[in-house]
Formats: sequence, structure tokens, C-alpha cells
Amino acid sequence: MRSLFRSRTRHLPLPSPIGTVRAEARALRVRLGGRTVLSEVELAVAGGEVLALVGPNGAGKSTLLAALAHDLPAESGEVWIDGRPAGAWTPADLALRRAVLPQSAELSFPFPARDVVRMGRAPWAGSDAEDEDDEAVRSAMAATEVTRFADRSFAALSGGERARVSLARVLAQRAPLLLLDEPTAALDLRHQELVLRVCRERAAAGDAVVVVLHDLGLAGAYADRVAVLHRGRIAAEGPPSEVFDAELLSHVYMQPVEVIDHPRTGEPLVIPRREG
Amino acid sequence: MALLAKPPELSATDGDTPPRRRRTGPLLALGMTAALLALCLLSAGLGAYDIPVGDVLGSLLHRTGLGGHALDRVGESVLWNVRLPRVALALLVGASLGCAGALMQGVFGNPLAEPGVIGISAGAAVGAVASIALGLTFLGNWTVAVCAFVGGLATVLLVYALSRSGGRTEVVTLILTGIAVNAFAGALIGLCVFLADSAQVTQITFWQLGSLAQATWPKVLAVLPCAVAGLAVAPWFARKLDLLALGERPARHLGVDVERLRLVLVLVVALLTAAAVAVAGIVTFVGLLVPHLLRMAAGPGHRFLVPGSALGGALVLVAADLAARTVAQPAELPLGVLTALLGSPFFFWLLRRTRRRQGGWA
Repeated sequence: MRSLFRSRTRHLPLPSPIGTVRAEARALRVRLGGRTVLSEVELAVAGGEVLALVGPNGAGKSTLLAALAHDLPAESGEVWIDGRPAGAWTPADLALRRAVLPQSAELSFPFPARDVVRMGRAPWAGSDAEDEDDEAVRSAMAATEVTRFADRSFAALSGGERARVSLARVLAQRAPLLLLDEPTAALDLRHQELVLRVCRERAAAGDAVVVVLHDLGLAGAYADRVAVLHRGRIAAEGPPSEVFDAELLSHVYMQPVEVIDHPRTGEPLVIPRREG
Repeated sequence: MALLAKPPELSATDGDTPPRRRRTGPLLALGMTAALLALCLLSAGLGAYDIPVGDVLGSLLHRTGLGGHALDRVGESVLWNVRLPRVALALLVGASLGCAGALMQGVFGNPLAEPGVIGISAGAAVGAVASIALGLTFLGNWTVAVCAFVGGLATVLLVYALSRSGGRTEVVTLILTGIAVNAFAGALIGLCVFLADSAQVTQITFWQLGSLAQATWPKVLAVLPCAVAGLAVAPWFARKLDLLALGERPARHLGVDVERLRLVLVLVVALLTAAAVAVAGIVTFVGLLVPHLLRMAAGPGHRFLVPGSALGGALVLVAADLAARTVAQPAELPLGVLTALLGSPFFFWLLRRTRRRQGGWA
């Protein structure tokens, strides 16, 4: 019984220089429901960069993100976080190192939005960083533009508003590794841009950001690197300008596409080829 | 163009944060404590042999050596051997049930979870009834409580294993599991009744109706450790229960060791329920009603809800027991019957409301 109540010493993450590898998948293979969903995945993300995971439905993007978050066990290979195998960290230590935005946000009880954001500070309770709680919550809510409805019940918010409150919770956690599963799915144009700007800001501040995206335009504009997943494997990986190849994407998505450069910024734009 | 370049919403939202919602928790706790004290004094005084509240206070002060005065022989005996153990038992049972309800709703992530509804009280009663019917006395005074604990624990684990998927429990699954568990427990109790002799049958009937009529100091002492241990441990987990409302994975992402939390809380719920059932039989709906009303009044944060539900549960049960033994004088209503009479319509309303909000049971 004693082990159930003991308080353990925590290992606070040390500030590391930009470029430190925050998460790494090594020869990762994951099985779900008797089916191999990921195989031979080699991927690393370092502080200071935004890595986008793209690919068609069922390619394994969310599975890879969940494996990096240490939600799913690896069948073979392993996931390392902050220089250790993910399984070697306690849940409390892991929470100081990586924050995860799930695809859909649910809440069993009607907490106000502000309390939901504040839940992101839970890992730091009892540490010196607890003093930053108010500031972290305030700035996370400002960054995601949710301050206006901070006192409304989470249950009463629209899908897009909930998504932003959840993102604010993840930002308030202030972990050096951010894993975001389709943060833009429920959002309007303005807030899609806002969310990816926030990702860029966090990367500029030294964090590692992994983001699952469906919109290749957003990936091309905001990601430093893109990993294209195809049937559980990484089909291509690198800067968007290299990876966004019309032939590759047409094959992976089973939909003919054209890739053109934006006339002003030069970013690659992926457009489905439509007859007519 | 210059105007458009600046995001228009920022100026409206990035200013001062709006004022926080008024915190009703402390006020509510204070009010409930005052009401509880008043009710306890009233309950100690009222009954077939009325003792004025002033005399109750006087006798209490006298026994604690703070002045006051003793009552006559009959009054003193009624107060100290009948009324006060009963009030003390009502406090313990009510606090245990209220707290167990709040914990269980948090663990299941479902506001309809309650020890009675999902069959844990019935499971604990099976343990208690079996120990009576089989004439078990291997632990003396504690036998019934221990058997109730084992029965309650087994049922919690069973319901937990059967009704969850993906870290959540849908309402339908939970209620249906409760029906199945209650039916099975009912059958086992029936079997015990069949095997028992007539004296034991009378004792068993007491469990099924739920009552505090047989309160004595030894009974109070028998449940005290269980109830106090459970109540003392529960508030420790309040913050983690808040996080669990996000779902299992997000709670884990925030550093909660979900498996361990669940295990500990299931043990605490079984402990509290068993404590209550061992002395009072099956008293339903207290654990459902109290956390719900408090959540409506003071929000869903468990730091208030868990201790608040213990306080509120005690308040409701002292009041219900007072009503049970005074409304139909000189006869006495079984306490469990009274709480079920009042609680069932509330449960019905809650079901309707939940269904309307969800737009169906999906």
C-alpha cells in the first residue's frame, strides 16, 4: 500500500540547446488489432523545428504520433524521449517533457474553459515552475484567442473553440516537445493560420513540434520538415520543397496532383489536378 | 490595407482577463457545516422521548467536563445509548456514501455512477448477508464489515471491467451493467434467505431495507476506521480526478499514473461503501444526489466536490434518518426506503436531462 502513496522525486527537464533531439523513433513497428500499422519507421525531431506528418487517411499518422507520445507499445524497435527510452520515464517525468493534443477533445464534467487550460499546469505542481502557472495559463489563452470565453463551460463551446481551448491547455504545459494531432481540423481559416504561427513561435523558442496535418498547403508553408506516411511507412522525409513531388504525392494519395511554386513566396503549393 | 493587416480580434480578446466566477465553495461548506450541527442536535433531541435541545447541549457539555448538567436517568440513557450512536452512525454512513459517490463518478467519468445504482451496495450486502446466513464469526465484531468489504470490492472490480471501453463508460453500458449486477446480487441474497433460519431472515431483511435503527456504540466503532480511512485518503486524489475528466490518455499525458489511481480509488470506494452497508444496509441515491447538487452549486472541481460530498452526504443522511423515525411516529420508516422514494425521481430527472443534452443514448 505504501508504494501507492509515496511521493517520488521528479527529474525536471534541463534546458537544452536548439537542435537537441527531443524524440526519436528507431526501427519502430506497431501493431494494432492484429494489423501492422507502422513498420520500419525511423524519425527524429529536434528542438527548434516543426515536423509535419502528412499522408492519406489510415496511413498511420496518428499512430506514429501516439507512439511518440508513449501511448502505444512498440512491437519492435523503440521510442526515445529526451535521451532515454520512453518507457524508462515515469508518467510524471514524461509529462514534464512532452505535451499531447488529442484529435478530439472530450470532458466528462462541465469545467469552465479556464480550468481546462489550467489542468495543463498539473505536471508542475510542487515544483518551482508552479510560480509560472498564472502567466502560463494567461499567455496560452491569449495565444489561442480563448480568453474571451474563459469562464464559459467547456461543454457549451463550439467544436473549434474546444479545439483551441485544448491547444491552450497543451501550450500551458510548457513541455519542450509538442505532439499535436490535427490541431487545425475543426478550425476556420484564420485560426488554422494562428495555430501554425504558434507552432512556429514555439519552435523558435527552442521546442520541438510534431504536427499531424491534412492540409498540405499549411505543411508546405509552416513546417521545416515533412514526413509523408504511406501504408505505415515513411515514403519521403525532408524539407517541403524537396518532399512535395507531384509524382510521389499522386502515388501516395492515389489522386493526381500538381505542385506549383507560390508566385510571391516560392512555397510549394499542392493542387489536385481537376479535369475540365 | 493597414487595418486589415492587423488581426481584428486580438484587440478585443487580448486585454484584461474577465473576472473569475465567484467561488461559492467555502460559503457552501460553511453553510452545510452549520446546518449539520443544528440537525445533529435536533436529531438527538427529537423522537418518542423528546429532549429539549438545551438539555442535549447541557448533557454533552456535562460529559465532556465543560459545565452543563446531566439529565434524569431515562433522558441520559435515551440520549447516550440510543440517539447519539444513531446520529454518529448517520454521520459516518452519509459521509461515506456521499464521498464514495463523488469518487465513483470521477473514476467512471460519468455523472450517473453511484454505488447503489451500479450494484456495489448490493454486492457489499451479499457479503454481509452471506456472513449472517452462514453464521460466520471468524473476525468477531468485524466479520460483517469485512465480508461486506470483500463483496463490495469484488463487485466494483467486476463492474469496472465489464462496463468500460476506451477509458470511458457510456451511460447505457453502466446502467445495464448495474441492472445485471443488481439482479445477480439479488439472487444471491435470495439464496442466503432460503438457507437461513427465521432469526437470520429477520436480520437479513434489515439489510435489504436499509436502516439505522439498530445503532449502538460498538457498531459505530466497527465502521469508524473504514470510514475515516476512506474519507481521509479521498481528498488526496481530487486534482488527479479533475485531470481524469479529460479522458484516460490526456490524464496520462499530464503525468497521472492512471492505472494506479484507478486501483487506489476503487479500493477507497469499496472501503467506504462497505463501511456504510455493513451497518446500515442498502441506502441508495445519497451518493448520486449529493455530488450532483454540489456540482451544480459550486462547479465540478473535485477539490471541493470530494470533501463537500462527504459533508453533504452526512447532512442528507442525518436529515433523512430524522425524517424516517419521526414522520410516521410511533412507527419507523426504513431509511433505505425513504432515500429511494426521494432519490428515484431525482435519478429519473437526471436521466431525462442527460439524454436531452446528448440527444440520445448513442
